[in-house]
Amino acid sequence: MSENGFEPKIVAFVCNWCSYGGADIAGNQRMNYSPNVTLVRVMCSGRVDPEFVLEALRDGADGVMILGCHPGDCHYIEGNYRTLKRYNMLKPLLKQFNIEENRVVLDWVSASEGEKFARVVQAMNERITQLGPLNWDKVSSER
Amino acid sequence: MSEKPKIGIYWCSSCGGCEEALVDLNEAILDVVAAVDIVFWPVAMDFKYDDVRKMKDGEMLASFINGGVRLSEQEDIVKLLRRKSQLIFAFGSCAHMGGIPGLANMNDRETVFNRVYREMESNDNPEGIVPETESLVNGKYKAELPEFYNSVYPLDKIIDVDYTIPGCAPQPQTILDAFTAILEGKLPEKGSVLAPNKSLCDTCPRKDTKPDKLTIDVFRRPHLYDKLDDGRCFLEAGIICMGPATRSGCGERCINANMPCRGCYGPPDDVKDQGVRMMSALASIIQPDEEEDIQKVLETLPDRIVPFYMYGLPRSILFRRKMNK
Repeated sequence: MSENGFEPKIVAFVCNWCSYGGADIAGNQRMNYSPNVTLVRVMCSGRVDPEFVLEALRDGADGVMILGCHPGDCHYIEGNYRTLKRYNMLKPLLKQFNIEENRVVLDWVSASEGEKFARVVQAMNERITQLGPLNWDKVSSER
Repeated sequence: MSEKPKIGIYWCSSCGGCEEALVDLNEAILDVVAAVDIVFWPVAMDFKYDDVRKMKDGEMLASFINGGVRLSEQEDIVKLLRRKSQLIFAFGSCAHMGGIPGLANMNDRETVFNRVYREMESNDNPEGIVPETESLVNGKYKAELPEFYNSVYPLDKIIDVDYTIPGCAPQPQTILDAFTAILEGKLPEKGSVLAPNKSLCDTCPRKDTKPDKLTIDVFRRPHLYDKLDDGRCFLEAGIICMGPATRSGCGERCINANMPCRGCYGPPDDVKDQGVRMMSALASIIQPDEEEDIQKVLETLPDRIVPFYMYGLPRSILFRRKMNK
């Protein structure tokens, strides 16, 4: 929690085969990481339609993470390459909507990288805490 | 008093092309006029708001409203029409999704006023006067103007909308089908968009030229491409054609004129955000896999708003841009 009492809401889409396993290991090994992250398990990071990311931001998330298998390790061979392409397509749109770049991140976490999972979540939490709340409902409701 | 059903037509933030579309029905408009009584149509006929206020609630069978809502006056009148009409039809892309005027959601009231009233090269406004909701004329007469909102709203964000007639402007066949459905009592489920729920690609005259495995390694802009008339799928050439994320029913008029689809009929039912769904579809067929090469391809596509949200920015998930304050 920051000095002003802001606790970020972070949504992380994690792929079933790698990153969810990574999160599992982080939990099993009692690693410390921020509790502000809500995990959404998807079969593949390639299932994360950019619509999901925008809906999360609209509905109150201050940041969104997409975590998938390392390139080359996708259970479905090329799903995470699609994720990478969609993510690179989406980022300039967020910029045009004036949403800070760091609010949406893509990273690779394998099923053995519990430590990396904890680290990227922790880093995300710190970045979003620094950026402050997004409050999209306020942006869109101002007459 | 006639017994014919009463119809109202109103425009909000729109260009007048939708009224044009009604006139474009040609002879068929005579059948429409023979079947209904138009009791309110500010563009074409002399009615006053008070005429509508005096009606009983639900007295009109239907009101057709085109244009997004940008002014308090528009909000008041569409709410009035909602009370007085049994059915409300959002007519055209602007009422459906905000339309081209909806691109103003990349700005807000302040930046729009600054540009239009203060900075515009052709202006002569040394005192920098901008519209006020209340002002004094000659120091004693109070003058009122409607309030200009920060954003453009699709009609269904302001009032309950029964049906949508899509298009910029709706094509004559789409309009006639809608009128026929109303008069014959064959309207589908409430909330429906009155056009086929399949993508434009399904009915595209060029669909057979779409390769089995479509890939993109460069994005091209139509005016810089000299083979638009070769009859082949636009996407194959890296030209953004909104067909995959757009509803069919328009008669493929743009395609037949050798121009890609810009998405005016809006997305099919299962799509929440036409622009980003199209971006997602395009991204996944980018040829290279390495991040650096992906970015090189994407450098040929510098803008995400106009190509993908030409008609639907206020209908998009994020609705508008965040302004720096």
